[in-house]
Amino acid sequence: MMAVYIDQEICKGCEICVHYCPKNVLEMAADVNKRGFNYSSVVRPEDCIQCKLCEKMCPDLAIYVEKE
Amino acid sequence: MIKQNPQRKHIRDDKLPHFFCPGCGCGQVLNYFLRAVDEENINLDEMVTIGGVGCTARIPVYLKTDTLHGVHGRTLAWATGIKLHKPEIPIVIFAGDGDLASIGGNHFIHAARRNLDVTVILVNNLNFAMTGGQVAPSTPSELKTMTAPYGNKEPDFDICKLAIAAGATYVSRWTTDRPNQVIKGIKDAMKHKGFSLIEIISQCPTHFGRYALDSGNPQVLLDWIKDLTLTKTQADKLTAQEQKGKFIIGEFIKEDKPVYTGSSVYKEACQ
Repeated sequence: MMAVYIDQEICKGCEICVHYCPKNVLEMAADVNKRGFNYSSVVRPEDCIQCKLCEKMCPDLAIYVEKE
Repeated sequence: MIKQNPQRKHIRDDKLPHFFCPGCGCGQVLNYFLRAVDEENINLDEMVTIGGVGCTARIPVYLKTDTLHGVHGRTLAWATGIKLHKPEIPIVIFAGDGDLASIGGNHFIHAARRNLDVTVILVNNLNFAMTGGQVAPSTPSELKTMTAPYGNKEPDFDICKLAIAAGATYVSRWTTDRPNQVIKGIKDAMKHKGFSLIEIISQCPTHFGRYALDSGNPQVLLDWIKDLTLTKTQADKLTAQEQKGKFIIGEFIKEDKPVYTGSSVYKEACQ
């Protein structure tokens, strides 16, 4: 089982991770963080193929994909 | 417990979230640089990073390296001074297109001519972003910016060609939507002995996107950059007219030349 961690407090909601994920693992959450940004969240962790594109492309260093 | 990205160990404490706008390419370049450093096991304590003025120049502020941040366009003048005194220190310069191609243009061509042993990471976001989106030497023709509301009538600058003509020994260009190529490019540029320039075409959703493409969405900009990108192999098959307005990516030059070490008089006086 894959684990994708998103630090919601430093996410700025640019949606680059959602746009580039080839398996649609991520989606934007309905909630906002304490800075008022709509953050991204993991909705389908079982689909993740560990390409790490979200972790590499995140401008805010908010995502970490842990390999099993 | 949320596990954090391991690259964050290179960021100064309590500096995140950084100052870049949501979806800014500068944040991505920071991420790519840290990944390249991590994969090559480079010790950041022994490195000097230099930034001038601009959005890109804020990148060194977040790194756990010795950092200089100050005068606009004079990054290479400082790098020359450090390199002549302590040639063993690796120097990485983060500069925007305004910093390097506009106000610091002369320092840039002369550092390239001398073949100073530094790595220059040029983040080209196609306008002067920090001051509000004015037209820059790198803005493509006919695109609107804040100071060119009827479209930019000037031809744009090919900074890679300028560097090659001036005598740089490693020159490559990539775009922010190709992470693996950028990471490899940064690694190659840091390993290369001599003046190495890596230009990264980047997105500025806040200013460039808003005026030129009527969208503040970073994905729209990244897709726009992706559509205009040609690899060097693809571009070689096209005529000069067909290549116009495209971003040609690839490694353009990699050669060995003697590195500038300055006059020996000063060094002998120091000893």
